[in-house]
Amino acid sequence: MSGAAFSAATLSMGAASGAPLRLDEPLSFWGGLDPATGRIIDRWHPQLDANVAGRVLMMPAGRGSSSGSAALAEAIRIGVGPAAILLLERDPIVVVGAMAAAELYAIACPVVLARCEDWTELAAAQRLGISAEPQGARIVVMQGR
Amino acid sequence: MALELSDLDRELAGGARGGAAAFAMRLLMRLAEAVDARAFIAIEQAHVDGCLYLGQASLDFVERMTALGGKVRVPTSLNVGSLDLIHPELFRGSDEVRVNGKRLMQAHIELGCAPTFTCAPYQTAHRPRFGAQIAWGESNAIVFANSVIGARTNRYGDFIDLCCAITGRAPEYGLHLTENRFARAVVQIDAVPPGWDMERLCVAVGHFVGRRCGGLIPAIVGLPADADEDNLKALGAAAASSGAVALFHAVGLTPEAQDLKTACGGLKPKLVLRLSADDLRDAARSLSNVRDGAPLAAVTLGTPHFSMSEFARLMPLLDGPRPVVDIWINCSRATLEELRARGWEERLSSAGLTLVVDTCVYVTTLMRVGAGAVMTNSGKCAYYAPGNLGVEVAYGSLAECVASARAGKVVRL
Repeated sequence: MSGAAFSAATLSMGAASGAPLRLDEPLSFWGGLDPATGRIIDRWHPQLDANVAGRVLMMPAGRGSSSGSAALAEAIRIGVGPAAILLLERDPIVVVGAMAAAELYAIACPVVLARCEDWTELAAAQRLGISAEPQGARIVVMQGR
Repeated sequence: MALELSDLDRELAGGARGGAAAFAMRLLMRLAEAVDARAFIAIEQAHVDGCLYLGQASLDFVERMTALGGKVRVPTSLNVGSLDLIHPELFRGSDEVRVNGKRLMQAHIELGCAPTFTCAPYQTAHRPRFGAQIAWGESNAIVFANSVIGARTNRYGDFIDLCCAITGRAPEYGLHLTENRFARAVVQIDAVPPGWDMERLCVAVGHFVGRRCGGLIPAIVGLPADADEDNLKALGAAAASSGAVALFHAVGLTPEAQDLKTACGGLKPKLVLRLSADDLRDAARSLSNVRDGAPLAAVTLGTPHFSMSEFARLMPLLDGPRPVVDIWINCSRATLEELRARGWEERLSSAGLTLVVDTCVYVTTLMRVGAGAVMTNSGKCAYYAPGNLGVEVAYGSLAECVASARAGKVVRL
């Protein structure tokens, strides 16, 4: 069963679903995320100790180390990366990490550019389905966990 | 907006320049679409951040390039690796990191990269010229190249920096373009706490700017005119750790900021912040998570890699009693050569200091961390060490770090 649908721009392709995890601040995947477990380890981050594994990670923008791409790709390889990533600003480091994981391991972690006005509603959903294709992306609000 | 490809871009993508270039170009084209770039530009050089072993994915990517016979098409420097290849006995990490980390460094050399293994390539022969289009990884190097030198790079992360090196191309967007290099935030330093030296001021300003400016390029007004490259390096490194800063302007100091109007390109700032002495004290204090007087396990200097001028400031501080806790200094192998030539290496080791090259103590397992905190003069190290190394940190000036190493506890001067 699904509810409202939102359009978004595709930054890295793929389809996935998961419960949203809205970050109050951007996260640096390198130094901020433990790639072995998916736990947020940046002591400055408001969501310190939250786990991104399998979640639809909602972060406004990227930040911090340029090693974030490899850290993200490694987390995806191990299976503790986010299911998908929603951004409000285009961020090459996040996009490249997801692309590299797709190339090397054929594991898709779609990255999409959502609209600012949809952010609160998306974050309130129990579960989100993402489908990111070359022409564009759709985010669907799903019921249940 | 459709992506326009030149003949060279098509050759690269089509495989006429080899399989590695085709693989790299395909990733670059997808990145270009994701960042909405319209074309590619030629780059003069690259700095590749991918030789630090972050897990199997780091190695798998580079081995894909070596298997495809890849070679870099522009002069390419390398960032720190996971091992000190000159002092391999220092490594105390896992066999996985030792073996794969070493292979990762070697594979990059096979791709034609220069074995600089430094996070401060701007302190080497690979320093770019003003206005050069480059593709650099490593957040502190990126911010230094853009801000202090006036070269032009986006924040290229792992993988994509190597793709740029292997193709000699970068998507034309962001900081490659003049119109995107103007300041949109103004940070005015109203007052500096009495007794503060330049080093502490720049780290505190950098930390504040990173935390507060978001994605906006800041123009910093009110930095003293004698702030030198080492100070601006520390400022940029702190700002690029606490935030996503890839370019700052220091009005009157950096090359694209002769005055505030030039730095802003005539645009009205979206954000104006005023920094009081209290703000600066708070920023510096927030970089320590232990109290003054807390016991120390070690001191680490050189994040980013220590320059010769920083060594010159350190040498006279070593006259006096031997430190009771370890002092680690990270620098490049090129700097180590210079230290040897000047006879300083011996003086440093006889004072009980350990030199680390090719890597950095906060990204790999070198230090024996027992009871006590780690003290550093680096805003960047103070920011990352608790997460990376699981240690408590204290931030202090260079002189405070040396005095604290002698006292075995956090000392303020």
